[in-house]
Amino acid sequence: PPGLENVCWNKGVDKAWKELSNILSGIFCASLNFIDSTNTVTPTASFKPLGLANGTDHHLLRYAVLPREVVCTENLTPWKKLLPCGSKAGLAVLLKAERLFHSSYHSQAVHIRPICRDASCLAVSWELRQTLTVVFDTFSSGQGKKDWSLFKMFSRTLTDACPLASQSKVYVDISPKNKEKELLEVTPPPTSVHEAIVQGDKRTYAVYDLLSPSLFNTSRSLNVQLKWKRPQDTELPTPILHAQRYVSGYGLQTGEISTLIYNTHPYRAFPVILLETVPWYLRLYVHTLTIITKGKENKPSYIHYQPAQDRRRPHLLEMLIQLPANSVTKITIQFERALLKWTEYTPDPNHGFYVSSSVLSALVPSVIAMKEVDVEQSPLFTSLFPSSDGSSYFVRLYTEPLLVNLPTPDFSMPYNVICLTCTVVAVCYGSFYNLLTRTFHVEEPSRGGLAKRLANIIRKFRGVPPL
Amino acid sequence: MPPFSLEADAALHPLQDASLGSLTMYVVPETSSLLPQGINVYVGKHRSALVRAGGGLAALRTLLQQLTQVMSFTASSISAALSDRVPSGQLGPDARRHLKSSLGYEITFSLLNPDPKSHAVDWDIEDAVNRYVQPVLDKLSLVANFSVDSQILYYAVLGVTPRFDKESSSFLLSAHSLPHVINPVEARLGSSAASLYPVLNFLLYVPERSHSPLYIQDKDGAPVSTNAFHSPRWGGIMVYNVEAPASPQVSLPLHVDVDMVRVMEVFLAQLRLLFGLSREELPPEFLLESPGNEGLADWELDRLLWAHTVENIATVSTTLTSLAQLLDKIGNIVIKDDVASEVYQAVASAQSAMAELAAGHLHLAFQASKEAVTSSERAFFDPSLLHLLYFPDDQKFAIYIPLFLPMAVPILLSLAKIVREARQRKKEPTKMD
Repeated sequence: PPGLENVCWNKGVDKAWKELSNILSGIFCASLNFIDSTNTVTPTASFKPLGLANGTDHHLLRYAVLPREVVCTENLTPWKKLLPCGSKAGLAVLLKAERLFHSSYHSQAVHIRPICRDASCLAVSWELRQTLTVVFDTFSSGQGKKDWSLFKMFSRTLTDACPLASQSKVYVDISPKNKEKELLEVTPPPTSVHEAIVQGDKRTYAVYDLLSPSLFNTSRSLNVQLKWKRPQDTELPTPILHAQRYVSGYGLQTGEISTLIYNTHPYRAFPVILLETVPWYLRLYVHTLTIITKGKENKPSYIHYQPAQDRRRPHLLEMLIQLPANSVTKITIQFERALLKWTEYTPDPNHGFYVSSSVLSALVPSVIAMKEVDVEQSPLFTSLFPSSDGSSYFVRLYTEPLLVNLPTPDFSMPYNVICLTCTVVAVCYGSFYNLLTRTFHVEEPSRGGLAKRLANIIRKFRGVPPL
Repeated sequence: MPPFSLEADAALHPLQDASLGSLTMYVVPETSSLLPQGINVYVGKHRSALVRAGGGLAALRTLLQQLTQVMSFTASSISAALSDRVPSGQLGPDARRHLKSSLGYEITFSLLNPDPKSHAVDWDIEDAVNRYVQPVLDKLSLVANFSVDSQILYYAVLGVTPRFDKESSSFLLSAHSLPHVINPVEARLGSSAASLYPVLNFLLYVPERSHSPLYIQDKDGAPVSTNAFHSPRWGGIMVYNVEAPASPQVSLPLHVDVDMVRVMEVFLAQLRLLFGLSREELPPEFLLESPGNEGLADWELDRLLWAHTVENIATVSTTLTSLAQLLDKIGNIVIKDDVASEVYQAVASAQSAMAELAAGHLHLAFQASKEAVTSSERAFFDPSLLHLLYFPDDQKFAIYIPLFLPMAVPILLSLAKIVREARQRKKEPTKMD
């Protein structure tokens, strides 16, 4: 989601959560230390622990989002330090900050989960999974052509694999559209081609295995290039589940949050869990919550709502909504804006306040039947494109964050008040007092003031008789 | 190791007063065979020693004094503990070497492998820590809490390029380039991000194939026998050379199994040096019993405790004095009740620590000094001491002066006029008829 997200299942109470946020903030140079009780919630249905778990007690789960934070180079550097080869060998050589942040979307994540050390599961190890997602817009930066290469994107090529890696692969999506072959060309030729059904779509991947000795035989460096043979229409297929969120309303008193969820599957309906976290200064009116699908009201089968406490807890709204096939569901809730104390405003209050994105979790049925992928054989692939069973795949969507303007006081008023009061007092009071207490008496004409003496000196120079 | 004195010491051990800080010295007749020839003093690994009488009472007295200086604290060891508070120049260059007294220490063992393509290094650190390091830390558990962790870092290079020496066909790191070695590595160690306590780093460096073998030179130019060096208050580094394989055509990477016994010997010796448990030069008639697996003798632990207790009390007094000075300077600060109670507790604990020290009860004095340090730190670093700078004096002036000054000026002027007229009227009745 936009900003920083921290999800944790731990046995401790809030003290451990606070310590974890502070330690992660130190390790990753990120502002996770701003996570406190005002932006932490305990969702009950949206998250399940990854890896081994002894039951799912939702009281142990904490979830917090900081939508205002931005990812930058100082977060990338400690992320790279966690890799065993660092950025000195293997695929991580490509990750240089000046190219990575020259992109449309950048996201990095660290996941830790307990797993069985071997098949008998007598000992538990911790698995650390680091993901980096970057969207390069080569169309707009590549002079209008959609061809790309590793060198163009990262200004670097791959020279070797990390000697500590047991697997090091590059997957390139070369799925033909509408069964047309020869639409694109990938150089150098891949070591193998892998076909899989990913998210309901049949896809073909060209695989470059950096550990295979044949790859670096001909040249010392690997620069994967993709060229389109024919001009390609730019239509992308719409995903089966997608969502939008926006704020409507006018004025600085009330407003309305609307979420639109689209189900474009032609014939299957499926449920989706919506998790919304709204900060306490937007006071939600839960009685105005309406869910409308195809013109009719849609009642959620499970609602969990935790109202906010001022300055202590945000709103938490979790709902399980059934989405009929080929429909749009609109969820609206009205809110009122609160006036904050003047020390609680950020230094730039007219920018607005962020509302973190809502989380949609769903098991989306796939149009094409998928075969179960063996986790043992290709652990890397299944972690990139997971699928639980043959008929559906798990999707977690994040909507856009919202930017809401709160009524702000005029911060220059203390200065204005001081100036005005002091001026009024000085002018009015001073004049009145002087008028009331001035005494008048006759004065002898003075012998000569300073001005007269100066004038006489000037007259003497001119040769004119003095005054 | 003469068996008689060892057995005698072990047999006498149950009879002694086992409290911390106490020393028992047994005086043995001159002709006794308990001590071997030429040895006049045998220092046991608990808190006792065997002394051979001879040469009269005066000689015995000097011998006992020397023994006390070895086994218990001296003026120099106490002033070394207070070295942070004594202005530099008064103490020698070795004075600031020991670790500061703290409630806990974190020990990190790191294996640095700059060349994973050539060397695949394995070290069984968990077993080594349990076998060699843990007994020492258990013995030191009275002093502080210890936590141990380990990591392996790849592509971590030393900051200095070693020189190739043709005579020995090896690479050498000279003594004056050693200070520059640590800095680039320290950035990757990641030690201070997640710990409250000071961190001791012990690094094992396996040099790259192109820089093997690598030896550390001391100031005289001779290679150091353990191939290791330590930096006070930081930790130690040891260079582990991998023998070049016999045949040049060998498949890389070479598998290396680190000999943990050799490595741990060096690291434990460095740990003792860092804590200040080093042994000064003893006269040849002294014989010290080796402490075995535990790493340090009881009386060495006592010496450490004496130094730490004094240092803790000094820290408490410095902290509370700075707090008092802060309050003097900024009179506006409001001290909450719990902060005040922490201050009182710190003062009471420090006073009881000093009383116990004067009486010689080391254990109670150390506990009291620890409590005093904890309370004083809690009082000094309380977050409430910062927030209350809300109305400093200059802000008050800035708000009230523009209001009162224009009002006050006419009043003051008219007051001055009244006083002048009153004086004139007093003069006039004398003028008028």
